[in-house]
Amino acid sequence: MSVDTATVKRVAHLARIAVTEEEAEKMTGELNAILGFVEQLDEVDVAGVEPMTSVVAVTMKKRADGVTDGGYPDDVVGNAPETEDHFFVVPKVVE
Amino acid sequence: MSDLTELTVSEIRDGLAAKDFSAVELTDAYLKAIDAFNGRFNAYVAVTPEQARDMAIASDARIATGEVRPLEGVPVGVKDLYCTKGVHSQAASHILDGFKPPYESTVTANLWNDGAVMLGKLNMDEFAMGSSNETSYYGPVVSPWKSRGSNADLVPGGSSGGSAAAVAANLCAAATATDTGGSIRQPASLTGTVGIKPTYGRCSRRGIVAFASSLDQAGPITHTVRDAAMMLKSMASVDARDTTSVDIDVPDYEAAIGQSVKGMKIGIPKEYRVEGMPDEIETLWGKGRDWLKDAGAEIVDISLPHTKYALAAYYIVAPAEASSNLARYDGVRYGLRVPSDEIIEQYEKTRSAGFGAEVKRRILIGTYVLSAGYYDAYYLKAQKVRTLIKKDFEDVFDAGVDAILAPATPSAAFAVGAMDNASPVEMYLQDIFTVTVNMAGLPGISVPGGLDASGLPLGLQLIGRPFDEATLFRAGQVIEDAAGRFRPQKWWA
Repeated sequence: MSVDTATVKRVAHLARIAVTEEEAEKMTGELNAILGFVEQLDEVDVAGVEPMTSVVAVTMKKRADGVTDGGYPDDVVGNAPETEDHFFVVPKVVE
Repeated sequence: MSDLTELTVSEIRDGLAAKDFSAVELTDAYLKAIDAFNGRFNAYVAVTPEQARDMAIASDARIATGEVRPLEGVPVGVKDLYCTKGVHSQAASHILDGFKPPYESTVTANLWNDGAVMLGKLNMDEFAMGSSNETSYYGPVVSPWKSRGSNADLVPGGSSGGSAAAVAANLCAAATATDTGGSIRQPASLTGTVGIKPTYGRCSRRGIVAFASSLDQAGPITHTVRDAAMMLKSMASVDARDTTSVDIDVPDYEAAIGQSVKGMKIGIPKEYRVEGMPDEIETLWGKGRDWLKDAGAEIVDISLPHTKYALAAYYIVAPAEASSNLARYDGVRYGLRVPSDEIIEQYEKTRSAGFGAEVKRRILIGTYVLSAGYYDAYYLKAQKVRTLIKKDFEDVFDAGVDAILAPATPSAAFAVGAMDNASPVEMYLQDIFTVTVNMAGLPGISVPGGLDASGLPLGLQLIGRPFDEATLFRAGQVIEDAAGRFRPQKWWA
């Protein structure tokens, strides 16, 4: 399988990365090189093989569904580019 | 007193115990060396002298009262991927501009609890994506090694290039690193240092910026096998804040150093003899086999038939997980923001300005292979291949093999900029011998084995059973004893 520039632009939009026409064209070549490389997996017979979900055979640990941490809003918003009264500020999203 | 920055971690322990020098004297020697030489290597992206001195003073107080911890006073550099409270933690990316976490990673907290001293944060490939430390927002790291008769700057490998270069150039006694596809073992091999990627789940990933969550593991880069054993003992722990960390006791790894390998079965996988591999690597591999045999190990030929597919499967799984993990960098909660009146446009502009070319490439590949209609053909298929890769190893270990010996890298270090016009896939081939271990979650160590014809170091890799790092330290010490240690010419001093 290979991708064209329109597909690269669509994927870039899905990934929320702005790309120029020039970048999209360059990336198309690079992505096709990588997709061409991974195509060799088609040689492998995976009939009846379970996909891996965990490299180490362990049962998922569980804990009580309770609050164990928190209560420091200053720390939570401390690194944000723009905040107001412990809220993150973003451009208006609801008309 | 001779140069304190030449000492290994175990020599530091002995020297502090014998009162040959104080922890403050030692830390000051490193801070002085960083001040004088970091400009040549670009290994540190942030230095923390006040913190280092405070920690060293605390260590001297401990030593005075006899309450000495396992890594008391040992000056350590930390890869920029680790969150360190109130200190630069940006994964060497522009998108985390100004980020200073309000918490400490579990692994670094373990090190400080055991008495280690933090010198600063080490350069790396952006988000640990790279094999030469050339994708960093802070520019490439230069290796302390030079080819004989050449003055060209060489890469230290990646992604833990700052960690490897800092240890090799004596800018820290030991360093933390991480390994997703070879990022500890490949730079260790290229710089004549020791690097171990422990079993997946051995160290907590809490507070380590995520790249590919099913593959990422923390580990140390050090001067010697013994130092690696000491560092890993402190770094490893089960952690309630990482559900994939495993609740198995951390053994005294140092006790394995010096134990005989008599009767141990070492497997030599024929699939690691790849086309175009330099003769020198083949020769070194043969030497490694002989050293272990001479020490009493039994050498057996083995087959890991799915080896050749590991890199392709990795370049589906790792970008897929990365595209998901890196979705959090949106310019809202931390890091860089490129403002806009419209939120989608703000995300797109922020991420376009904040991520470098290699990171964007991997996010796009990951987004593509996970997108509707392609998931089964790529991601699911790669995870099935991964099951087969793991089974290859399980079959060999079930047949009684204790450890596997292979080269660590397909070549020695290359010049900074040499791969600028190469296809991304050519750089990915650097990980051909290391990536299988991540795919199967196994421990792997790179130990210096020798120098090539131009005087550059090459590493040998040992791969072990899950949670059997002790066997790797034991066999790794045999290689170190036979090969000796390799230090670069000090052209910078």
